[in-house]
Amino acid sequence: MTAVRPASTPLQADVLPPPRRRSGRGERTARLLFVVPTAVYIAAYFGYPLVKNLLMSFQNYTTATFFTGEAPWVGFQNFSRAVHSNLFVPALGHTALFTAVSIVGQFIIGMALAVFFSRRFPLNKFLRGLLLLPWLLPSVASSAVWRSIFEQDNGILNRVLEGVGLIDEPIGWLTSTSWALTAVIIANVWAGIPFNATILYGGLQEISEDLYEAAALDGATGWRAFRHITLPLLRPVISVVLVLGVVYTVKTLDGILALTNGGPSNATQTIPVRAYQESFVNFSFGVGAAYNTFLILISLVFAVVYLRANRRAVDE
Amino acid sequence: MTLTATTRSRPAARRPRPRVRRTWISTVIGIVVLAVMLFPVYWLVNSSLQPFGSTLSGAVFPWHPDTTGYQRAISEQGRNLVTSLVIALLTVAVVLAAATPTAYALAQFRFRWTPAALLVVLITQMIPSIIIAGAAYTAYSGLHLLNTVPGLVLADASLGIPFAILVLYPAFTGIPKSIIEAARIDGAGLGRTFWSIVVPVSRNGIITAGLFSFLFAWGDFLFALTLTTNPSVRPVTLGIYNYLGTNVSSWSAVMATGVLASIPAIVLLLVAQKYIAAGAIGGAVK
Repeated sequence: MTAVRPASTPLQADVLPPPRRRSGRGERTARLLFVVPTAVYIAAYFGYPLVKNLLMSFQNYTTATFFTGEAPWVGFQNFSRAVHSNLFVPALGHTALFTAVSIVGQFIIGMALAVFFSRRFPLNKFLRGLLLLPWLLPSVASSAVWRSIFEQDNGILNRVLEGVGLIDEPIGWLTSTSWALTAVIIANVWAGIPFNATILYGGLQEISEDLYEAAALDGATGWRAFRHITLPLLRPVISVVLVLGVVYTVKTLDGILALTNGGPSNATQTIPVRAYQESFVNFSFGVGAAYNTFLILISLVFAVVYLRANRRAVDE
Repeated sequence: MTLTATTRSRPAARRPRPRVRRTWISTVIGIVVLAVMLFPVYWLVNSSLQPFGSTLSGAVFPWHPDTTGYQRAISEQGRNLVTSLVIALLTVAVVLAAATPTAYALAQFRFRWTPAALLVVLITQMIPSIIIAGAAYTAYSGLHLLNTVPGLVLADASLGIPFAILVLYPAFTGIPKSIIEAARIDGAGLGRTFWSIVVPVSRNGIITAGLFSFLFAWGDFLFALTLTTNPSVRPVTLGIYNYLGTNVSSWSAVMATGVLASIPAIVLLLVAQKYIAAGAIGGAVK
């Protein structure tokens, strides 16, 4: 590569060797120093927890362990206890339902918003920015207001529904086992829409207007243009959004804890909630670690899917 | 795949400009859509100004604003807000101190293992925080880091460091090599080059990474919940959670605390929108 030498230092350029050849051991060490703190941190706060979790899942790790320092090896007993618990299958089912419905809801609404904001109109950028707010708010603050919205007697949702005539009696959004999961899903979809909308919008921006103009000349506009131009070209972005969405949604914990704490009567139990409760409420860290391992396996499957989708997107 | 927020290629012949009236209709629709989406935020503010009490007021607008909720919130949660602020600011410092040099090194030094390193960073983002919390709790209890600000800061950094690296990496790959070479020819060492030349040039990326680290740490709930066992160090997120309990005894106080906890996000979104938008696209899609 030809670098233009600054005119002010002609002598130095002749005297000093070009930087590339200065890679002595000192330089190499200095370079590594840029990375070492982060590497240490990642090993400590990501690597260690993964290993520790795996170990704990095979140990009887309880409050006693903190005093005696002993965590006897129990093989697969924690996994067995987790799987045979009468909450395991419901938790699994709720996790799947919660994730699936959330993803679909967030994606459809996010896509609609992304398409809408692709138009040019005044205040577009400002409104798009404000759209990020649900994603940026602290999750507990959102949960607090959803709690009040869903409140059975005075919550605004029931009052509106009754006022409009859609329901006769107030719905126990957070108190009835039939509705609690729906309520949690609604709150989660709301929080996830900005993420979807923003990424899909970014993808839409990459599609050249020429294609739409050419299609319009052939008579393909609106929905047909969307199906035959937008969707195929957006496929890599869509796959990223969906897979990332699944990975992040499956591990959702904050929102559910603050809104329903897994209740009422375990109606909103999910695998992460089980993991939290076993570890930090029952202090059976071993069983909690077993649940965590299930969570990792689920995330792993989707992570592999994501990497594959990513690589295919690069090739396309 | 990297989706950079570059402007799309414009065709030479532009589309005929739409009639002005048409576009204002879109703006109106946009405002309505935003109003629906942000209704819960409005409701949070509205509820915080309602008359103090244990029954939820259904009033749609604070006709007679009552600031008792805020008084309660500040007197009971004021300390927690300060705690959250301290933790969040320290987390930003830690994250930027670690991630900025690392992202720069990965972008410019051409290690053989850079792709692997980026993959590792990507994977760390997928690890559920509950797993980190579990190991951290067991380790902290022996190290006496429970209920400490440094303990929480280090844990919250896990939310920020991978994200920051993924945001800063493309910013650093985009630096023209000529700038760096010029500095090196003039005799600047690696550190000087980084500090005096590279950092100012990538100011925007660094600000974005910093803002998001702040928001992630400020809004963290799980580490606040799991890594504290007494009220001595209690971030405001945990304060709100305790307010919620099983039965809320004073809604306006809860909502007022919620509003106060939401102020950083709202302020940053209004004031620093361009950085937030850059981070939302940049950090998420990599």
